[in-house]
Amino acid sequence: MSGARRRGPVAAGIGLGGVLVASLLAAVLIGPADLSPAEVGRVLATHLGLNLFLEPVGLGVEPLSAIRDGMVWQLRAPRALTAAAVGAGLAVCGVVMQSLTRNPLADPYLLGLSSGASLGAVLVLVAGGAAAATLLPVAAFGGALLALGAALGLAGALGQVTPTRTVLAGLAISQLCSAAVSFVIFWSVKGDAFREVMSWLMGSVGSATWVSVAVTGIATLLLGTGLMLCGSVLDAFTFGESAAAALGTDVQRVRWGLLVAVAVLTGALVSQSGSIGFVGLILPHAVRLVTGARHRLLLPLSALAGASFLVWADTIARTVFAPRELPVGIVTAAVGAPVFAFLLWKGRARA
Amino acid sequence: MTRRPPSGAPAPQAGSGRNTAGLTADRVSWGVDGRLILDGVGLEAPAGAVTGLLGPNGSGKSTLLRAIAGIRPPQGGEVVFDGDDLPRMPRRTRARAVALVEQDASTDLPVTVHDAVLLGRIPHRPLLAGASEQDRGVARRALERAGATGLADREVTTLSGGERQRVHLARALAQTPRLLLLDEPTNHLDISAQLHTMRVLRLLADDGVTVLSALHDLNLAAASCDRIVLIADGRVVAAGPAQEVLVPEIISPVYGVHCDVLTHPRTGRPVLSFAPASAASAPTQPVRPG
Repeated sequence: MSGARRRGPVAAGIGLGGVLVASLLAAVLIGPADLSPAEVGRVLATHLGLNLFLEPVGLGVEPLSAIRDGMVWQLRAPRALTAAAVGAGLAVCGVVMQSLTRNPLADPYLLGLSSGASLGAVLVLVAGGAAAATLLPVAAFGGALLALGAALGLAGALGQVTPTRTVLAGLAISQLCSAAVSFVIFWSVKGDAFREVMSWLMGSVGSATWVSVAVTGIATLLLGTGLMLCGSVLDAFTFGESAAAALGTDVQRVRWGLLVAVAVLTGALVSQSGSIGFVGLILPHAVRLVTGARHRLLLPLSALAGASFLVWADTIARTVFAPRELPVGIVTAAVGAPVFAFLLWKGRARA
Repeated sequence: MTRRPPSGAPAPQAGSGRNTAGLTADRVSWGVDGRLILDGVGLEAPAGAVTGLLGPNGSGKSTLLRAIAGIRPPQGGEVVFDGDDLPRMPRRTRARAVALVEQDASTDLPVTVHDAVLLGRIPHRPLLAGASEQDRGVARRALERAGATGLADREVTTLSGGERQRVHLARALAQTPRLLLLDEPTNHLDISAQLHTMRVLRLLADDGVTVLSALHDLNLAAASCDRIVLIADGRVVAAGPAQEVLVPEIISPVYGVHCDVLTHPRTGRPVLSFAPASAASAPTQPVRPG
């Protein structure tokens, strides 16, 4: 029994990894432009430099026309990869925040990060101008970090940084930023700018470029992997922080370190995609219902599940009402909530 | 009436010849918001003995245990265990030597009893490593010792209060501590489970572990502790062998009740009987002279 128990997770990891690769390929294939798998294969082979190996054996491929090539390589590929990186990063951040605060309602945006980022982004969108597109991610990231600083500063000023204080301080900052965002929208946003602001606020990977892939991918690979290695550290918090301290954990240092890592990662993701709900809040619960609470298992499996989930959610968002696009946040909730409800119902006997 | 040992002077020893091993706390203080919860506490808990920590509600028992365990390090004074300065020890090294069974530690997470007990192995393995086969073996033996083997595959959230206490004890045992601190480990337990817990502590002490347990039930302490440390308002009121501390002259003023001490017909240990303080003026039986 115990042997199967340890092989199971590895199999699950490999399985979910396979699902992610398949999802990415499918996301690049699926779309209104009628590209055949062979054509997509040619694009990928061209850009990945596979011709170097294929030509000598007589399998060299011809590049596609610039438009069709661009559709795959400039639109769908970066979009799918950004969705995967954002999904994985948000899921990991959600697990860490829920464990650190021992609060099932915690999500990556807990410390006012999304409201801070929204404030930065909305200010740039309202100001408009030529540099807006470049400035937006920077402003969003800056807003997220400012909100984090304010929330942690407030929590710290109250005394020892306890989970409850962290949650409440984050709540205060996020309400303040939300009010500011609403005020700016109410006061100065009209017409097209309003649509743009709303689509940013609801989250989207629709404007993803290879820069987005680089920012979200590197952030998720570096910080997300770092967080994933902290499985045992988070396990120690299972019975609360004194229990963690009794197991030799430096509770304050771990809490600050992890909060800052989560915040920087979330800030990087938000700067590219806006705040996408559900993935960082419900998905960790869904995975936990299946795998249990052991973080060494929960973290990587959540990352893989979050990545595939957001890739599919985005694919649905852009195809189901094509050419109109749904905000991906609507799809994540509409698809995810029933699945989560099913898992809750299935697990009812255990709780 | 109260006996307060002079600060710094060692309290009487229960087991002779074990003076160097065990726990010694001296002038330990800890306060919050200008209020002193521990006011210069000194105590000794020898290795191989079960020492009971008694005192009324709010006397500082839990705070003292947390100070010794290094969770809320003492703001003044010294805690030495087996010659090591506990508060200045590296955290993980300390966690390999000292385990604490807390009161009412709980979780909402779906974690099995086996995995909960495995948490006790965290200080024993590298930070990034998972549980090894050896860790699992230790966890299994800890479950067995705490009488919780049958619970291994249950989820902690489904356990009764008493079952949960056993799991916490097993988790502490999986830490393979040389100093075991317990904060009212018999709360929520029926009498048979209480006696079982105290028997587990006795067996650990026989293996040379230093056991210091806060207890609420004076009679349980009388029946099963070698030594008693009695605290009130963050100070030690009395310390020594159970028979010397559990006497009416010491217990009555501390708890504000009338107290008679009888002798257990089977074990010969003290049995305490209480009456409201107002009844003390007209006792039906003469108070045994101290």
